[in-house]
Amino acid sequence: MSSRLKLFVPLGLFVLLAVLLFRGLSLDPQALPSALIDKPLPGFKLPALRTQQTLSDADLVGEPALLNVWATWCISCRVEHPYLQRLADSGVLIYGINYKDDSVAARSWLDSLGDPYRASVVDAEGTLGLDLGVYGAPETYFIDGNGVIRYRHVGVIDERIWTGRLKAVYDALATPADS
Amino acid sequence: MLVNSFKKSLQLIALVLGFGGSLCALAVIETYEFSTPQLEVRYRALSQELRCPKCQNQNIADSNAPISQDLRALLYEKLEEGASDEAILEDMVARYGEFVRYRPAAQGAALWLWLAPALMLGAGFLLLIVLLRRGKGVSKASEGALTQEERARLDQMINDKADNS
Repeated sequence: MSSRLKLFVPLGLFVLLAVLLFRGLSLDPQALPSALIDKPLPGFKLPALRTQQTLSDADLVGEPALLNVWATWCISCRVEHPYLQRLADSGVLIYGINYKDDSVAARSWLDSLGDPYRASVVDAEGTLGLDLGVYGAPETYFIDGNGVIRYRHVGVIDERIWTGRLKAVYDALATPADS
Repeated sequence: MLVNSFKKSLQLIALVLGFGGSLCALAVIETYEFSTPQLEVRYRALSQELRCPKCQNQNIADSNAPISQDLRALLYEKLEEGASDEAILEDMVARYGEFVRYRPAAQGAALWLWLAPALMLGAGFLLLIVLLRRGKGVSKASEGALTQEERARLDQMINDKADNS
């Protein structure tokens, strides 16, 4: 290497560092990859919120669906609720997991605000939440027709996030898993 | 009148302090009864090594987030069931990913983190050796640069200088 070219080494290092740091600015340090991506839905047997049945993981498998973790104590869930209702009205299949909540309050919430869920699982102790790796509501899991978790979204689902990212994920659920 | 208002403010201060005290008491983390002291030692160690997924910069022993409480309860159950440390950690990682460990396993992307100090130290030494070698080469070249003729001239110059003084 000629000594002239060597003079550019510090500049090169600086540019490299600047690119790395700049990329760091746009990363979300709160974002956590789910450990359950491409794994089957964990097994459970829990009561349904609005009927007397007991629901198990097998009841949720069969069609591509959203699994939405919600609770009445969760303010963001209240924000998200009308949009979930719109999604459900447009034909998106959504199951609810009523996470560490009071069932009476949860039922009256669905009665007064509308029920976007085909069924809600009562996870009063948060055991299913633990198996899913839930660390706060709202969280939404995307499961395909074989009951395999394909995606996890943490936080509120709104118009912008749905059309920007999640709709593509949901549409991909309908295509066979091995493609 | 003045005394009265002074009394009132004292009462207010006592009330505020009282509230503060009771809030602190509420923040105390629940305790578990272990069947053996060894289990408690392992519980302490593991709860300090597991990271709270919600608060992210606290371990589950420090954090009072609901998820940390759940994880502590799970940890307690597993310990009492007789699970090994490795099995418990594996179980947590299966749920929350390698993220929940403050000492991630040396594999995948984390392997680079573990190796980076050694690699950088090695690279530094290599650079040092190269630079030292090069420096030696230069000084040797300049040492042998004086020819017989030049040496004679140098000697003469030194002698001249000595004579003049």
